[in-house]
This record gives sequence, C-alpha cells and structure tokens, in this order.
Amino acid sequence: MDLSLAIFVQIIAAVLLIIALMVGNAVVMVYMERKVAGFIQRRPGPYEVGPWGTIQAICDSMKLLAKQLYRPGNVDLILYYLAPVLAFFPVLLLFLPIPFGPWLTALHINEGIVLILAFAGLGVLSNLLAGWASNNKFSLLGAARAVAQTVAYEIPMILALLAVVFLSGSMDLKRITEQQGQWPWEWNILLQPLAFFIYLVSLVGETNRAPFDLPEAESELTAGFHTEYSGMGFALFFLSEYANMLLVSFVAAVFFLGGYKGPIADGFWWLFIKAYAVMFFMVWIRWTFPRVRFDQLLNLNWKWLLPLGLLNLWATAIIMKIFL
Amino acid sequence: MAAPEKLLTPGEPPSLAQAQSQVDPPLINLKPVNWFFDLNRAMSLWPVTFGLACCAIEMMSASMARFDIARFGAEVFRPSVRQADLMMVTGTVTRKMATPLVRLYEQMPAPKYVMACGNCAISGGPFKFDGQYAVVEGVDQLIPVDVYVPGCPPRPEAILEGVFKIQELITGRRWWPLPREMAS
Ligand code: SF4
Repeated sequence: MDLSLAIFVQIIAAVLLIIALMVGNAVVMVYMERKVAGFIQRRPGPYEVGPWGTIQAICDSMKLLAKQLYRPGNVDLILYYLAPVLAFFPVLLLFLPIPFGPWLTALHINEGIVLILAFAGLGVLSNLLAGWASNNKFSLLGAARAVAQTVAYEIPMILALLAVVFLSGSMDLKRITEQQGQWPWEWNILLQPLAFFIYLVSLVGETNRAPFDLPEAESELTAGFHTEYSGMGFALFFLSEYANMLLVSFVAAVFFLGGYKGPIADGFWWLFIKAYAVMFFMVWIRWTFPRVRFDQLLNLNWKWLLPLGLLNLWATAIIMKIFL
Repeated sequence: MAAPEKLLTPGEPPSLAQAQSQVDPPLINLKPVNWFFDLNRAMSLWPVTFGLACCAIEMMSASMARFDIARFGAEVFRPSVRQADLMMVTGTVTRKMATPLVRLYEQMPAPKYVMACGNCAISGGPFKFDGQYAVVEGVDQLIPVDVYVPGCPPRPEAILEGVFKIQELITGRRWWPLPREMAS
C-alpha cells in the first residue's frame, strides 16, 4: 500500500513536470525555429519583441489564447473538440519511461520502448479524428496522408531501434543507456551507424515535418488536418508536434547517443544537449529541403529504408550469434 | 451541407455583397486584461497567404532578407485563414475574386485586421476608367479596411509601416522609432 502510494505520488509529480517541460519546450522551439529559419534565409528573424525577440513565442501563445474559437457548421461536435486534446495527452505518457538521469526516471519499467512505440500511434489517431471531424475535404485528405505516412514510417523506425535492442539484450531504456560509455566512441552510434541513419530519416517522417510534412502541405491542402482549427485548438496541435519532436529526439539520444552519459559528469544536462542537437538538425533540414512528393515519400520508405533496416537487423543478429 | 453555390452565367456580373461577420463582445471587459491581450495581438500579427497581383511581390519581398517583417513577429504566413489575424489585400480585386475574398474575410476568427496594399486595393488604381467592368474600385466596398498603404506598388518599407500603423491602431501607441527625417 505504502509503495503504491509512493509510486502514485511520483507519477503525479512527474506528469506535472512533464507538462511544464512540454510547454517550455514549445516556447523554446518556436523561438529557435523562427530564428534558425531567419539565419538560413539571411535575415535576423524575430528581433524587436523583447531583447532579440525572445518573448515572441509568449506573445504568440497569448494571442492564440485570446483568439475567437471558431467552429464551422456541420462538424462532428464531440470529435472536433476531442482531437486536439487527444493530440496532447498521449505524448505526456510517452515521457514517463525516459531516463533523464541515473536517478531520474518517472516510471521505471523494463519494456519502456514498447510503451513508447505503442502509444506513439495514438498521436496520428488524433490527426485522423481532426481531419474527419472538420468536415472539410482538405482536412480529410491531410488526415489520410498522415495515417499512411505514419504507419509506413513506424516500421523502419522499429527495425532501427530493434537492432540496438539486439545489441544490448534489453528493452529497458535505462539499461540501454548504462551499456554505453561516457565518451562518444563508446556510444551505440558507432556500432549501428546505419540504424542511426534510418532512425534519423524516419523520425522526420514520423513527426510529419518538412521535407516530409505532406499532411499539412500548404501548396495542396491549405493547412492539412488542422485547416479548420483556430486559437487554442491549433495551439494544442502545435504543442503536441513539438512535444513529439522532443520525444523522438530523446529516444534517439538514449538509443544511439549515450543518453544521460557524457564526458566529465553524467546527468540530465547531457540528455537535453543531445536531444536539442537532434532537434536542431530537424529544424535545419526543414528550412533547407523542399517538400517531397507523396509517392517519393512512400517509395523511399518501402524500397530503401525497410530493406536496409531488415538487412541491418539480420547482419546484427548474425554477428551477435557468431562473435558474442 | 451548405446550399450549393450559384454558378455565374456568362455576362452576368458577380454580386458585390458586403462581408457579413459578427464579432461577439468580450466576455471579460476589463481594461488591464484588454490592454495585455491587445499588446500580444499587436506583436504577433499573422498574415494570410493571400496575394492578388503585382503588389503581392512586394509583400513577399517584405518578408524576405532585406526588409524582414519577421523582426516584428509578423512573418508567420498562415495558409488557413482560421489561424490568421491580418489580411493584406495586395493587388487588384477583380469582380470574380470579390466573392472568395469576402468569404475568406468572413472565415477569419475575430480579432482580424485588413490592410489594403496598393492603389488597386484602395481605389481601383490604374484600372479605374469609364466603362470598366472587371475590377472592384476599392476593396473597402466589400470588407472594412483598417489601414491603407498607397503606392503602385508600395515599397516594402511602406508595407512595414502599414503593419506598424495596425499595431498603433490596436494598442494606441507607436512602438518603433520614426525614421530620422520624419522625426525631426
Ligand atoms: S497597385 Fe499597381 S502594383 Fe499594385 S496591384 Fe495594382 S497595378 Fe499592381
């Protein structure tokens, strides 16, 4: 009884901290994204609102908060309001098994990665509901694309992660971290470079970001599945998109980049530095590459990433069997 | 489903109906709250991706390297009007475009502002002559306009100045310093 109460309190505290992390992350990422976009296009980006434009993201969120909530006629009332909430809450759950530091895991379970991969699929359900409930052809097309894309990119992602799971013989995120050393040459990225590459490509597809942001391709679909959402509904989709990015970056950091381990002192700071490096990479390619076509997107996945992932898995298994 | 739209028969002029949009009064009408939200609205005016003619090129140029509207937080061009605050009518409003324009304006959620960029959007510009049948002479016949930016086309600086004017309209003061010649 005592033990379960302790765990309960621990989870409540963790969820509160994770919500704070998600919101803070969205503010930082909006600023970083617009600033990086500016620098890539040789302009300063947000500059005048606050020192170097630092409170720009807060102004934006306050404005979205005070914007008229607009509900078009003919929408499916329950699903229309449920979808943004559903986009936001599963992501919360996904942060629970991430080991932030040697003593800092919200919920230590030995199949953490299964939990993450299982609930990551719920995010796309909310996109589907949003597109369906809006009763708008562009939303529906965007939602259909989101589902096709996410389902396709989940498979190479799992194959890439599975190769690391083979290496370390565990699905526990903490143990996977513990098996990597402090220094960069002891990390899994050197043992599994191909898996890291596959994961890096498929995480962009998984989070629906450019160059794979076909669900919201504005040249064809107005704004994709969130065309009909104004104000806070839109803001929640935005928030969950950035939270999803943070999550896949955390998983990349834990699986391939040594998690919370790093030179000099272990701790959550190393995890955050690595995760934000991956996020910076995602922002960088978003503003430098044009959007791919839908058939190119699926061809890349089914014809290249999936066979490569299978081969990699196979080779890993054989090498493990022979040499270890 | 909405009533099917009436298709135009050749020769019949499109209707020039005024936009109808109703804005509810604020639920909490307190001065500090309004001041706070107005400030935030002024500092993040997201425009619609909406260009009609040659003036749109100046709008694009205003958001690119040399002029950079992003410095004032107004660079997030939203493709969906539901998420936008500012409609820059940049260019010639033809009679055929009048209906979509009015519909787009009606679809924007409440704190919404309109900037008429260029002589065409203000008064018909070079297309105004006796017997012309294709161009709406001034977008203010269709939708309420907050700020007029003259020029054919207006320079990007003028478009930036229009954004400042809208910020002044919302918050009641000018936020950025005047150019040196104007200040003296
Ligand atoms: S005002 Fe001049 S530049 Fe602007 S749309 Fe009209 S003709 Fe083109």
